[in-house]
Formats: sequence, structure tokens, C-alpha cells
Amino acid sequence: MATFHTRSAARLMMAPSVLLLFAWMIVPLATTIYFSTLNYNLLSPGDHAFLGITNYQYFLTDPAFFDALINTLLLVGGVLFITIIGGIGFALLLDQQIYGQGIVRILAIAPFFVMPTVAALVWKNMFMNPVNGLFAYFFRLAGMEPLDWLASIPLFSIIIIVAWQWLPFATLILLTSLQSLDEEQKEAAEMDGASAFSRFIYLTLPHMARAITVVILIETIFLLSVFAEILVTTNGGPGTDSTNLTYLIYSQALLQFDIGGASAGGIVAVILANIVAIFLVRIVGKNLEA
Amino acid sequence: MGSITIRNVSKTFGEAKVIPNIDLEINDGEFVVFVGPSGCGKSTLLRLIAGLEDVSGGQILIDGKDVTEAAPAERGLAMVFQSYALYPHMSVRNNIAFPLKMANMDQALINKKVEGAAKVLNLTDYLDRRPGQLSGGQRQRVAIGRAIVREPSAFLFDEPLSNLDAALRGTMRLEISDLHYQLKTTMVYVTHDQIEAMTMADKIVVLNRGNIEQVGSPLELYKSPRNLFVAGFIGSPRMNLIEGDYARSKNAKTVGIRPEHLLPSKQSGLWRGTVTVAEHLGADTFLHANVDGLGPITARVDGEFGVKHGETVYLTPDESKLHRFDDKGLALGPALTGA
Ligand SMILES: Nc1ncnc2c1ncn2[C@@H]1O[C@H](COP(=O)(O)OP(=O)(O)O)[C@@H](O)[C@H]1O
Ligand SMILES: [Mg+2]
Repeated sequence: MATFHTRSAARLMMAPSVLLLFAWMIVPLATTIYFSTLNYNLLSPGDHAFLGITNYQYFLTDPAFFDALINTLLLVGGVLFITIIGGIGFALLLDQQIYGQGIVRILAIAPFFVMPTVAALVWKNMFMNPVNGLFAYFFRLAGMEPLDWLASIPLFSIIIIVAWQWLPFATLILLTSLQSLDEEQKEAAEMDGASAFSRFIYLTLPHMARAITVVILIETIFLLSVFAEILVTTNGGPGTDSTNLTYLIYSQALLQFDIGGASAGGIVAVILANIVAIFLVRIVGKNLEA
Repeated sequence: MGSITIRNVSKTFGEAKVIPNIDLEINDGEFVVFVGPSGCGKSTLLRLIAGLEDVSGGQILIDGKDVTEAAPAERGLAMVFQSYALYPHMSVRNNIAFPLKMANMDQALINKKVEGAAKVLNLTDYLDRRPGQLSGGQRQRVAIGRAIVREPSAFLFDEPLSNLDAALRGTMRLEISDLHYQLKTTMVYVTHDQIEAMTMADKIVVLNRGNIEQVGSPLELYKSPRNLFVAGFIGSPRMNLIEGDYARSKNAKTVGIRPEHLLPSKQSGLWRGTVTVAEHLGADTFLHANVDGLGPITARVDGEFGVKHGETVYLTPDESKLHRFDDKGLALGPALTGA
């Protein structure tokens, strides 16, 4: 299948989609880079003067940028941590033979189908509300002052909400991986005298390494751009306590009407995302080989 | 020490009674082969001994100790699986060392034992490879290595050679036999291949639908099969089973004659047939002939016998080697000469 003819035919047939994809990426990217060099504010119509790198200087020296950077990393890291650990736990549970297994599995997958805005609103109003929320009720039951989740620990609250949404995804991928573990290997380990815990450490976990890698890679891509959950709960506040990069760029563009500054922020975010991607592929991507 | 006693053991999976009731004694140091067609319950019986399945009834004793309720690791047995079941992400060294590590053995001692086993099994050059980088035969040896370092009281093998090609199967057969000779440890070996059974076993247990059809040494089974099933299963090519007038003349429902006990001739003989296929193996010739009034008969001749498809051949059975069976398929005594 790799003769000269098949290869050139393949290239020819792939060309339209490659071109389309290329244009799809390059045009917005080029426009954004172009805007990022202009003094382009929606409140001051007329000439957009060329500013060079001034927008970048403003964006990078803005104290909010550093906060947003840290928050983004905390958000991604926190959600990954919870979903991987929790996902392994749920996958192990769901792998057990239980009555009504099918229903339990569907229920466990359900949060993934709930839209981010809806999920965040449900959490905000039904669980985390300091007056009517379920958590407040539990706090009062325990005789404690209810916690105003979104005001006092906003970033952590958002991490919980986002983790809840991504837990099913992690569980699903890890469960499939768990089910592909060869039964005879487990039995061999059992005969070799390995306890359930040792079997998990020496057999199950290494077997799941690839699936864990996949979960980390895919989740990171989506978690870098978490937005809806922040918009409907904390609006990035209080202050910049729950502002991530995506939300910071949004607030530049559409709250401060500074298209030039937001574009510069967008380019910075693209560069940062690529750095993260390179690191990820270097560190965990080697698990995907062989 | 490694004697295994199976007492009234039965096993059901849901509705299916896979093993109705088995009694079996395996002596210390014996090489016992469970042989039978696919799906007859060989693996199930082996897994019951290993403790990987719970018995539905009965008792299993190892060295006189009741282990029916004991966990697999407590039974002191080692098993080699059909798929080898090596740990794919561990090096060969760590695979072999795994049971020792689980027993919290001293690292220096582990190294010594692993290297010892690797030497016996010709794996020294491969210790740092992963199982995925080994050939089938080498993987098989790693699985055996992982079993022998534990110094178990008995080895259990479940069709260990069925994933290997014919040539390698022959070599590994010899290696396992040799290993048994060196270690003198009890081995229980499951196979559906009667050649493996005949060549390796001290004692063969023929299973059919979860029942033991016969237990005996390879030659006992060959010379005096207890019933039609064993007669048809043991021996290659298969024994010719003949019903009808000829069997009645011998006072039996069915008579059996092995291919090697038929004397062929191009001129004259008791039965006249037409050759359908002649397999010329050099050392032997297998003649498949259609005999008038009897149907297809196979004969095995030492050396070359020059006949071709469609030619006539005469076959004469050596009547002292005839096996007679009654209408329940059970063996009768030797044929009465001159009847
Ligand atoms: N875990 C199981 N659940 C249900 N049926 C089983 C199970 N294991 C084996 N069996 C059935 O038991 C019979 C014997 O299986 P097995 O011992 O594997 O045969 P073999 O002699 O080929 O090794 C087969 O009919 C198989 O379908
Ligand atoms: Mg089997």
C-alpha cells in the first residue's frame, strides 16, 4: 500500500481537506495577530493606529495576567488530579459484577451530557448557595456556619464543578482500559501470591497507563479553555480569584471593548497552550508508543 | 512433596454441570496429563486444583492437607497458562522475579534464583527485554521460569504449547519432559493433543464431558482402552472401528483395529479395498482405503508402499491385536481365536 502511485494519489485526495483545515486555522490566527498590533477599541471608532508590541506589553505586565496564569494551571491541575484519582476509583467500582450494572453505568456517565452552563448553574444554585444550597443544609446540620462557596473559595468551587463534569469521561476511558486487562494475567498474579493491592499496583495501574495518558491529554486541551462555568458562577471574581486566561481575554475584549489587547492575550494563550502541549507530549506522550 | 487427591469433586457453572463427579489420585513426582476433546472440562479441572475456581462439591487435598477452601497462593502450586500471561510492562527479569518479590524474598537471593532459572531455560541474554520483544517459544520459557523459581510442590500447565508452531512444539515437549526429569516435581499437564499426552505422561487421564474415561500409562491406554472413546482418542492415525457382520463374527458390537495392525498387500488378503488417499511420509505410509462391505479403513505401513489413488489393495488384520466392544461401548476381553 505504499507504492509511489498510492502515495501520490493519497496526497492528491487529502489535499482539499488539508487546505480547508489550514485556511480554517491560519485565517483567524493571522487576523488575531494583525489585531493584536493595533490600537483597536470598540469605544473609539475611526482609525486603528499601529502600535507594534504595546498591546503585548500591557497584557503581560497586567497583574491580572499573572493571576490568570496561576489560576489556569491550578484549574487544569486540580481537575486532572480529581478526575484521574476519582476516575480510577469509579472504574474499579463499575468493573465489579453488580446487579443493575447497565443502569449504574449509564447514571455514572450522565454528567458528561449536561451542558457546562447548566451544570454550573445547578451547582451554584442547588448545592453551593449559602442560604438554600444542599451543602449549606449539611453545614447547618453539623452545627457549622454555612460556607459561601463561590465567594470564599471561588476557584476551588469551580474546580469541583468542572471535575464533576469530566469525571465520567475519565471513568469511561479508564473502565474500558480496565476491562481489556487480560484475565489470565490477573490469575497468574493471584497464583504468584500478589495481594489485591499488589495486583493493582503492579498489574492494573501499568496496564491503565496509556488510558491515563489519553485522559490527561484530552482533558488538558479542554480544561485550558474552561469558560462557561466561570461566566455563570463567579464572573472571574471576586477580583481575579477565579479568572483564568480564557476569561481574562473575554473580559478584555467584551467587557473593556479592547480588541487589540484581547488579541494580544489570545496570542499569548496560544503560545502558552503550545508550551503545555509540548511538555505533555514529551512527558506522557511516550506512554502512547509501542 | 506434591501429591494431589481429588475427592468427589464436581463443578457447575449456573445450569451447566461441567464436571459431574471426579475422583483422582496424583502421586508425588508424577507427570500426569489430562487429555480430551475441546470443551470436556480439562481446564476447569486444572483451575479447580489451582484454586482459581471454587468447587461445587467435593474436596481437594494437597499432600494430605485439605485445600478446598484455600486461596490459590496458599496451595504452593505454580501454573503456566495457555496465553503465557506474562506481565507485559515488566522485563523478563522482573516477570520471573515477581512471585519471589511478592513473597518478600531478599533481593540478592531473588537475583540469584532468577539468574539460575534463566540459565536453565536459555534466557540469560533476554533478561532485560520485555515479553513483547520475545518469540513464542521464549515467552513460553519465561512463563516456565516464573513457575520454577517458586519451587512449587506441583506445576500446572494448561495447553502450554498450543500457540507454538509444530517444530517448536516438538522441541518444547522435550524441554518440559527434560525439566520434569531434572526437577522431579509433580506436573499436571492439560492438552487436547494425544501425541503430547502419549510422549510426555507417566499417567494419562482421559476426560470426556467432565468424566474420567480411563486412567493409565500411555501404553496401557494404547494396548487396552477401556471403551470406544479412549480407543478412538488415543493413537494416531485413529483406530479403525468396524461394526456389522465382521464384528458379529467376533461376538462384539464393534471391533477396533489400529492402522498399524493391518497387513497390506497388492495381491491377496482378507479385505479388498480401493485406495482413496495414500500419504507417503517416507518412514511410513498411511493408506486410506475404501474396503468393500466395511467402509473407509486406514492402514499404516512401515516404510514406502507404492500404491496410488484408485488402485486396489488387500488388507489383513492381525486378529491377536483386535479390540472388541459391547453395545455400551465397553471393552470386552481379547478376541477368541478361531471364532
Ligand atoms: N466461567 C465459565 N462460565 C460458564 N461456563 C464455563 C466457564 N468456564 C468453562 N465453562 C464451560 O465448561 C466447559 C468446559 O470448559 P473447559 O474446562 O475450558 O474445557 P477444555 O477441556 O477445553 O479446557 C465448556 O463447555 C465451557 O463452555
Ligand atoms: Mg482449555
